[in-house]
Amino acid sequence: MAATAQNTLEPLRAGGDKAKDEDMEEELEYSPFYGIEKGAVLQEARVFNEPHVDPRKCQQVITKLLYLLTQGESFTKSEASDVFFSVTKLFQHKDVHLRRMVYLIIKEIIPSSDEVIIITSSLMKDMNSTNDLYRSNAIRVLCRIIDSQMLLQIERYLKQAVVDKSAVVAGAVLAGAIHLAGANAEVIKRWSNEVQEAINSRHPMVQFQAVALMHGLRANDRLAVSKLVTQLVRSNVRSPMAQCLLVRYVAQVIAESQPGVGNETRPFYDFLESCLRHKSEVVIFEAARAICNMRDVTTRELTPAVTVLQLFLSSSKPVLRFAAVRTLNKVAMSHPMAVTNCNIDMESLIADPNRSIATLAITTLLKTGNESSIDRLLKQIGGFMSEIADEFKVVVVEAIKALCLKFPQKYRGLMNFLSNVLREDGGFEYKKSIVDAILQLIREIPEAKEMGLAQLCEFIEDCEFNFLSVQILHLLGEEGPKTKDPARYIRYIYNRVILENATVRAAALSSLARFGAHCPDLRDRVLQLVRRALYDNDDEVRDRATLYLYQLQRAPQGPESVDPQWRIPAKGLEAALTAYLEQTDTEQPFDLASVPEVAAPSPAKAKAKPQGLAAAVAAGMSAAAAPVTQTDEYAEMLKAVPQLAALGPVFKTCAPVQLTEEETEYKVVCVRHVLEGHLVFQFNCTNTVKEQVLEDVSVTVDLADAEEFSEELVLPLEVMPQEGAGQTYVVLARPPGSMALGRFVNILRFRVKEIDPATGEAEEEGYEDEYQLEDTEVVAADYIKPSFTPNFRAAWDALPEESEMVDDYGIGQRDSLQDAVEAVGRILGMQSCEGTDAVPPNARSHTLLLSGTVVGDVQVLVRLAFGIDAQRNVAMKLAVRSESAEVSEAIHAIIQEA
Amino acid sequence: MTEIVDPTIPVVKNLLLLDSEGKRIAVKYFTPDMTSVAAQANYEKSVYAKTARTNARGEAEIIMFDDVVVVYKFLGDLMFYVTGDQDENEVVLYSVLQAFYESINLLLRNAVEKKTVLENLDLVLLAMDEIVDGGLILETDPATVATRVTMRQDGDGSPMSAEAASNPGLVTLSQAFGSIKEQVARSLLK
Repeated sequence: MAATAQNTLEPLRAGGDKAKDEDMEEELEYSPFYGIEKGAVLQEARVFNEPHVDPRKCQQVITKLLYLLTQGESFTKSEASDVFFSVTKLFQHKDVHLRRMVYLIIKEIIPSSDEVIIITSSLMKDMNSTNDLYRSNAIRVLCRIIDSQMLLQIERYLKQAVVDKSAVVAGAVLAGAIHLAGANAEVIKRWSNEVQEAINSRHPMVQFQAVALMHGLRANDRLAVSKLVTQLVRSNVRSPMAQCLLVRYVAQVIAESQPGVGNETRPFYDFLESCLRHKSEVVIFEAARAICNMRDVTTRELTPAVTVLQLFLSSSKPVLRFAAVRTLNKVAMSHPMAVTNCNIDMESLIADPNRSIATLAITTLLKTGNESSIDRLLKQIGGFMSEIADEFKVVVVEAIKALCLKFPQKYRGLMNFLSNVLREDGGFEYKKSIVDAILQLIREIPEAKEMGLAQLCEFIEDCEFNFLSVQILHLLGEEGPKTKDPARYIRYIYNRVILENATVRAAALSSLARFGAHCPDLRDRVLQLVRRALYDNDDEVRDRATLYLYQLQRAPQGPESVDPQWRIPAKGLEAALTAYLEQTDTEQPFDLASVPEVAAPSPAKAKAKPQGLAAAVAAGMSAAAAPVTQTDEYAEMLKAVPQLAALGPVFKTCAPVQLTEEETEYKVVCVRHVLEGHLVFQFNCTNTVKEQVLEDVSVTVDLADAEEFSEELVLPLEVMPQEGAGQTYVVLARPPGSMALGRFVNILRFRVKEIDPATGEAEEEGYEDEYQLEDTEVVAADYIKPSFTPNFRAAWDALPEESEMVDDYGIGQRDSLQDAVEAVGRILGMQSCEGTDAVPPNARSHTLLLSGTVVGDVQVLVRLAFGIDAQRNVAMKLAVRSESAEVSEAIHAIIQEA
Repeated sequence: MTEIVDPTIPVVKNLLLLDSEGKRIAVKYFTPDMTSVAAQANYEKSVYAKTARTNARGEAEIIMFDDVVVVYKFLGDLMFYVTGDQDENEVVLYSVLQAFYESINLLLRNAVEKKTVLENLDLVLLAMDEIVDGGLILETDPATVATRVTMRQDGDGSPMSAEAASNPGLVTLSQAFGSIKEQVARSLLK
């Protein structure tokens, strides 16, 4: 009872408590259910058992019972079965409306399987009645309550009903079959001929349900689905809903088919396009959406769909506007140029009374906008921001951040915008999203750093969220000392030490100490400020002050000890400390050396999935962000191994390559790490065999095809438990800074020990075994990583002109320029600049600007001019500038080989 | 509650009819993700909070939050909601919403307000039952829904009249049907 809806939703019945009663009286609202109570209604239900029932009265009682259920009341098992038994008596009565209510309540109180038998004969009788509505309703009830066994008994009747000429009967049985198909597919499959006939039904909803059922029965058989689709595409599907389903099936078939080569059109694309001209909006939208969601969709294919959606944008119906703007928003992620035609309509949507539509419109504009339109857009958004709820603001902030990363030259206006909104009122989530955005911009755009730091300083002056203050103070401590004028930040930070609560004071103190450590000329002044905190009334703050004073003045390692280089993973430390505190004997001091330095393989962090609008807008962005965190994780792993940490920082971590087939006994994934003078192969091995322990696991890398490399170190994995995972490493040396290529043959070697299933112990003696893995290959792109160049022209001019190398290449037939741009971008693995990775629709030529860093920290810039002729042959002119001519040559070599 | 297995079939997660204060009049949930009364009450509360101040009197409105899309329309002192998955075709949900409020409007002869809805709750519940069956869309034509609720067979209308005369309890239903024809004709002329 505690969980009924009455508690929260205050229904129209008097509960036991007085206050509620008074409320009701104040409202003076008339309701036929006023004062309704379960006990009383159950009593009333006895009228069902009377010899001469009054149909009107019975209808009312049933309605009351349903009302109770609707309000969240639940019946106990015995109450439900009492009601059920008395309701079954009503089958004797001829009143149609009463019968309809009886059907409804039986579906609500689903009888238990041993009770079902009581009504099946009554329902079977109704199923053979002359009244179609009796038949359809009886079928719906039956389909809801029967089990597989009973289905077999009445299958004959149901099958016959599929082809009934009455729409309501056929619809009922088809709908029932769709529900039953999950558990009884075999039975329903025998109705195929009848369902096939129903597909040709004149009635739209019957056709819809028949198509849905037919597909459901064939869903696991790709060939059968594609046959069904071919058949339906040819025949004339009249029902819009059925047509909708067909569009979905076609989209599936397209997704599973191989992408067309050259300018061969996709199968069924013409069908989708023809659906754009359908008379029903449901179908038009479904088709437009399907086209927009196609994998590797080209601009040419998109155009008709975008045109249709553009019409929807100015519809009077909010639902259509929303549907269109949401879809276009998604398109804008991958094909911003395709959506630019809609910009005028989008701009008028900023004033849409539906805030979801307005927010989607704005974020779409931000994605499609070019540099020149940014300032105007920001002005429009400024007024808009104060009117919308926080959840929408977060979405806009995300979009602004993405825009700023795309057009780094525009950081000034965009950062200003962010700092303005940061000053306005808002909840924690909103403020956090802004701060996160600024933090990321500071990291990615060096020019924006000082400006961003200054804004954050302002913000913490008046920030009510500890979490954000602490985060910002930490950042100031890290970045502040590296700026031109570190002294200017001290005042802001020290203000926090005076004015804030203990948590923020402690964080501010840590931040100050780092200034002291890294800026020798500020050290004396910082020391004075830290000394003042010695008399703080909080323990933590005092402790930190004492520690920092010691570290800054007298520590043997010098002031640098303020921020030690942690080699210990925080997780491991936490675990070790917890274990230490659980011991009874804490006399022994805690030994840092006892913390394992190898990070325990942490389960992939489940990132909070964006929901609602944020999800609609963010889809696609997260994919770009993911690899970064992965790289970080790998860097942590390498740092944790002392022999590898000694090799120096990792230049680039390549995407993992699987070296075994799926579902083999041993799964090995190889990750290549490129370092200044080394190449580290990290093999992540998983033992999927239950009864085996693998020991001394290593990978032998054959260097026959890679002469420039020499093996330096092999770190085997001592033990790999049953169904466990681990890493083994192979370190290869190569001349520092060189871009040596090669192909490696890998063999996994290990000792197998069987586990006795009875005892769970591994046998003593194992046997040596080996396992052939796929080859790995080091390609030139491994040595190049994307880097951000905010001002391409300036950077280009800054590089020596004599390093420039130019050559022409023909790259054959392509679907479109966009295709070619993407292909070349993939090969080089560099960062595109100034949004040049998007080709305007129907362009005949295009220039792509790429920027990257080659191993040895050599900057390289690429300017690619593409041209396409009438036969769709693409030619390109590749110009490379870099700090060394060798690197320029290497880039050309990559293209020549590809 | 049986689940619809084929993911290509459009699924309605729930139909809600709330009053102007967000209280339940009639609701029906179809998917297994919101079966507890507490979860349902929470959901209705947040839907109401997010939509109550918008204007959905003229055209039906739409909102997206958490992982659902909701289309809704306010009529008199009542609010009609249809919820679907966030990837559902919005226009499909809209057609269900239209069937929902239009059929009730037909059945109640344009008198869609809390009082009449409560007095004729049986008609409302039956209409919801005729539109969606366990999440599957059964019928979206308001007039067809209304005739089925009143147990008139599609196409003929005679067998019930004798019974109606002998049974005063049926009068409201027969009247309702009479007005449906009228209104359908009128709406076509518009």
